Amino acid sequence: MTQPLEFTHLTSWLDTTLRAALPEFWALLIEFVLVAVVLLAAYAVIALILIYAERKITAFFQARYGPNRVGKWGLLQSLADMIKILLKEIVKINRSDRFLFFAAPFFMIVASMATFGGIPFGKGLHAVDFNIGVLYVMAVSSVGIIGVLLAGWSSNNKYSMIGAMRSGAQFVSYELSAGFALMTIVVLAGTMQFSELIEGQRFCWNIFNGHISSIIAFVIYLISGHAETNRGPFDLPEAESELTAGYHTEYSGLQFGFYYLAEYLNMFIIASIATTVFLGGYLPIQVQGWDGFNGIMGLIPSYLWFFAKTAVLIFLSLWVRWSFPRLRIDQLLNLEWKYLLPINLVNLLVMVILVLTGLTLKDLFGII
Amino acid sequence: MSSIAEYFSGLFTGISSLMKGMSVTWKELWTPKVTQQYPENRKTLVISDRFRAELVMPHDENNEHACTSCGICQLNCPNGTINITSEMIETADGKKKKILGKYVWDLGMCTFCNLCVVTCPSDAIKFENTFENAVFTRSKLIQTLNKEGSKLREKKKEPLAPKGE
Repeated sequence: MTQPLEFTHLTSWLDTTLRAALPEFWALLIEFVLVAVVLLAAYAVIALILIYAERKITAFFQARYGPNRVGKWGLLQSLADMIKILLKEIVKINRSDRFLFFAAPFFMIVASMATFGGIPFGKGLHAVDFNIGVLYVMAVSSVGIIGVLLAGWSSNNKYSMIGAMRSGAQFVSYELSAGFALMTIVVLAGTMQFSELIEGQRFCWNIFNGHISSIIAFVIYLISGHAETNRGPFDLPEAESELTAGYHTEYSGLQFGFYYLAEYLNMFIIASIATTVFLGGYLPIQVQGWDGFNGIMGLIPSYLWFFAKTAVLIFLSLWVRWSFPRLRIDQLLNLEWKYLLPINLVNLLVMVILVLTGLTLKDLFGII
Repeated sequence: MSSIAEYFSGLFTGISSLMKGMSVTWKELWTPKVTQQYPENRKTLVISDRFRAELVMPHDENNEHACTSCGICQLNCPNGTINITSEMIETADGKKKKILGKYVWDLGMCTFCNLCVVTCPSDAIKFENTFENAVFTRSKLIQTLNKEGSKLREKKKEPLAPKGE
């Protein structure tokens, strides 16, 4: 079925015209630059929208209105904040490790930016489709922790140092759970490539396909992903009552903006990976056999489906953030090593058994 | 309880209590917000009548007030906020009488304790809830409460009941 609102028409037209007019090298170069620019722009815009949404939803959870002065319903608030942060001075800290101090924010931003390239936003809106996409995304998004550790170390400040150490302990622990939860689904789907993962979920999302095991993996992925973003009940690296702001205490201006941006984008990245792996990615809701229904659902463009599913997960993350009190470091590590990790290992085994014995929903009901 | 049963019961009570917490915040998300949007909602703003913001001396349509210049409010004021100057005049029938000259109240020093209003024997002053009292200089905080040319409301001479009826 043709879909008038998809970006595939635009991208394929661009590709053919460029290739017709220029030698392949130049055509590819221009396309690479365009993709990078579009991704960077999307990066900034998504961050601004997320900051606004977060502030508004947070306010509603806390029985207030949130930003409502700049623009209608405060819609321009995050734009104004961005301009403010860009205009602020970048403070140079005495007796800090100058080079590492300035390098640290780039690790954060580059890590989340590189992850961005691996995420399928919609049909034809997927910068790189590796055959080991899941592995790539996990690996690249973990680079951000180097930025956190460097920031803590180079600031020459006890708060930053403690915050960075906590963040390191937390990240290393929870990355394990997140990886295992994704591995569970890789076992189910039999592929690590995002495009194949998504196509395999056309009539039955992975969260339903592996029923009990998938749901456990989904919950564990959300918890550990939430912990990786240093938010919500797991924000002890930045516990403002103990550590002022944790690892980015000494940063100001644009560098602080980088950390701020990366924090929100990490939330988005976790939600979008969960969408892609568990909730069918950019595919519309489709039921096998209901062709009329499928046709109507297919009219909505794929990127809208992707962003809608991601938004639901982001809302869930905000909901958790404003419901639960902060954990202590020992409680945090207990949760990971005594609960999530053993459950996860058993869950992985259960999934293997489900797949081998043909007890997934696809096998049981003969869904393609 | 064995440690294994403890592990699992702890896990499930933990999950159920987290769910309970999330249901509470879910309800909170949808409760109507009661924040007053103050400068915009001046027209619909509701301030309690009991709110004490400004001391006033009510004058009636004849520009008459009820203050007899007795000075009890000034005596009762804990921080000397009220300063009354009175004059002696001689009435038409030759009696000497103290009348109010100037009733000066310093908003900047007032603690809004209400003692002046409570102790006033003739109910001449009261606190209003008009709370927008900000001014740019401290001298403007010192207000004269009795209006220009106002005078004491004469007690209505009760018409004497006809005797012997």
